[in-house]
Amino acid sequence: MTDLADMTGWACPTPLRDHQRIVLGHGGGGVLTSELIEHLFLPAFAAGGSTARRDPAAALLDAASAASADAALADAAVLAVGGIRLAFTTDSYVVRPLFFPGGSIGELAVHGTVNDLACRGAVPLALSAGFILEEGLELAVLGRVAQAMGHAAAAAGVRLATGDTKVVERGLADGLYVNTSGVGLVPPGVDVRPDRAAPGDRIIVSGPIGEHGIAVLSVREGLEFGGDVRSDTAALHGLVAAMLAATIPGVHALRDPTRGGLATALCEIAAAAGAGVEFTESAVPVPPVVEAACGFLGLDPLHVACEGRLVAFVAEADTDAVLAAMRAHPAGRDAVVIGSVTAEHPGVVVARTAFGGTRIVDRPLGEQLPRIC
Amino acid sequence: MKYLTEFRDPELARWLLDAIAATASRRWTLMEVCGGQTHAIIRHGLDQLLADQVEFIHGPGCPVCVTPLETIDRALAIAARPEVIFCSFGDMLRVPGSDTDLFTVKARGGDVRVVYSPLDAVHLAEAHPDRQVVFFAVGFETTAPANALAAVTARRRRLANFSMLVSHVLVPPAMSAVATAPGNRVEAFLAAGHVCTVMGTEQYEPLVAAHRMPIVVTGFEPLDLLDGVRHAVAQLEAGRAELANAYRRAVQPEGNPAARAILAEVFTVCDRAWRGIGTIPDSGWRLADAWRDFDAEIRFDVGGLTVAEPAACRSGAVLQGLLRPPDCAAFGTSCTPRRPLGATMVSAEGACAAYFQYRRLAPAGRAHTSDSAGPAAAVEA
Repeated sequence: MTDLADMTGWACPTPLRDHQRIVLGHGGGGVLTSELIEHLFLPAFAAGGSTARRDPAAALLDAASAASADAALADAAVLAVGGIRLAFTTDSYVVRPLFFPGGSIGELAVHGTVNDLACRGAVPLALSAGFILEEGLELAVLGRVAQAMGHAAAAAGVRLATGDTKVVERGLADGLYVNTSGVGLVPPGVDVRPDRAAPGDRIIVSGPIGEHGIAVLSVREGLEFGGDVRSDTAALHGLVAAMLAATIPGVHALRDPTRGGLATALCEIAAAAGAGVEFTESAVPVPPVVEAACGFLGLDPLHVACEGRLVAFVAEADTDAVLAAMRAHPAGRDAVVIGSVTAEHPGVVVARTAFGGTRIVDRPLGEQLPRIC
Repeated sequence: MKYLTEFRDPELARWLLDAIAATASRRWTLMEVCGGQTHAIIRHGLDQLLADQVEFIHGPGCPVCVTPLETIDRALAIAARPEVIFCSFGDMLRVPGSDTDLFTVKARGGDVRVVYSPLDAVHLAEAHPDRQVVFFAVGFETTAPANALAAVTARRRRLANFSMLVSHVLVPPAMSAVATAPGNRVEAFLAAGHVCTVMGTEQYEPLVAAHRMPIVVTGFEPLDLLDGVRHAVAQLEAGRAELANAYRRAVQPEGNPAARAILAEVFTVCDRAWRGIGTIPDSGWRLADAWRDFDAEIRFDVGGLTVAEPAACRSGAVLQGLLRPPDCAAFGTSCTPRRPLGATMVSAEGACAAYFQYRRLAPAGRAHTSDSAGPAAAVEA
């Protein structure tokens, strides 16, 4: 034993990055998810032709379908077919528990996919529904989920047009999983995509953040945070239509901050646009119950999922008009400007703290983990 | 939110910042002991606002970081056993052992569960009498009382299938180690407020006397931290070295007597290895002899462990300003923002990451392809 500790050797061990197997963090929507897409899926899907590297189906589509190249990185791919532009997306829902304050996996499965289409400016047309059911699941539970999907789709004005059902043995699924894919029509002139965000743009958040993530956590872990918290799950295409009614060219980029939260949404758009993002931390609407729960668990509200909010990158000149349109819509009543896009520090998101300091805001590596202390 | 927003008031913060600036005649070097304090300082940008008055050296108060590699490897070996349900606080899952982490053990089929309280693990042991439930009891004095309570509860309920892998660490011996380390630059400590909530403040009187350094018990919100800095700077300017409590709303001089009583019963002081630092005498707690039937180290023979730190990282020297990032052999070669070896390259605020972003001068032929996207690469890291 040494009498004097060697403080110069003091270092934080860093998380492993080279996992040889899938870990939960690969599904967290953070850095590990991105690496999986970038290093495993995209190269594998591109095998077979250099021109179709990013989108193997491009050869079947109109030559003008340049926007399809962003399929893996935007909320939805936009495919030009026969002179019209279709937005196409897919998402799987594995939330536990199936029912939580403010909604269920059924509403999520409809809203999540509708919102991915809406974030390309598309009018959602139809969804598919694929179920993976665990042997032993009560029919009444499945019935409630299906009802929730039906109601959510009707309220959103989209058809559940096709579907599939598979049953796996007990223990192989957690009750039920749902996949929905969706197609929507991109109206003429609309061009909403992450890389259109540009220096000078104002950044608008449509409402309070983090309620969905905390609502699910509260029932999953049996925690109470001294307040009522309900999931914010909602369809956002109506809100997007209202924004586009105010200005079509001025709406540059939209993103619904689901897994990984607002921080991830901002980082992804900053990276896609090759521009910097600056926002004022105190301008971000964080409900007291979310702040309390995050303080308690050591989570960052900027990393907590929303399912009925969007973040918009809007041309400076159109900001007032878009903000007014959002506030006139029920899904955007509490919309606020939180920051702007800058040519400084491209790809980096910087928060201005309430005290005048700044800090870089990053995506989580993988899953959000409550800290020890 | 009570006790949260009140202590994040920008106007009061400005008043404290002005008071510190008015007092400081030079730049002082303070160590905030707890990782939670480090997080709050960086998160709220306090280090920038105090750049002319204070250099913060980040202390070893991160239980995740200092848990010894051998203990992590032992945890991984126990967690991989088929009869075991291994329970841990969430952030230990990502800590790398010699060649893997708990996430990977879980992915390979190990039954690893995140719990929010050690009592959850006791409940699991009751619910699964045919399984061995092991709780990974790590952390400082703050987490120890609940862990002790888990052992007491398990004994009361006669649970033969519950045990704990204990690697508790104690703050005061670590502060002494810092104060006496060769090349130490720390002039005052901001002591970890939550540790003092449990243990009280009397342990620090001998440290103040021995090292002639101010120790200010400090909380975790921005105003708490600024008030702690204000106390420390005032003492340093006056040439005084005293124990002060800037976290009175939570810390009593005697701490929490009920918690201390159960700690004294269940745990006993031992030497402890700190990852990245080495063994510090009397700096840990293990289960006392009367409780060793709950000791997972004794219950599970995992054979001889071959322990090897995964990477050569000198971020400790970087953090203390003793090494410039470009002078490190790993800089820009085996250590990049995409494949970092140490905290200073991981964190976007880290010194190595900053050098990599803005000042990397790659020798001819050195490839930077995966990180050549510029600053964006660091954000992805």
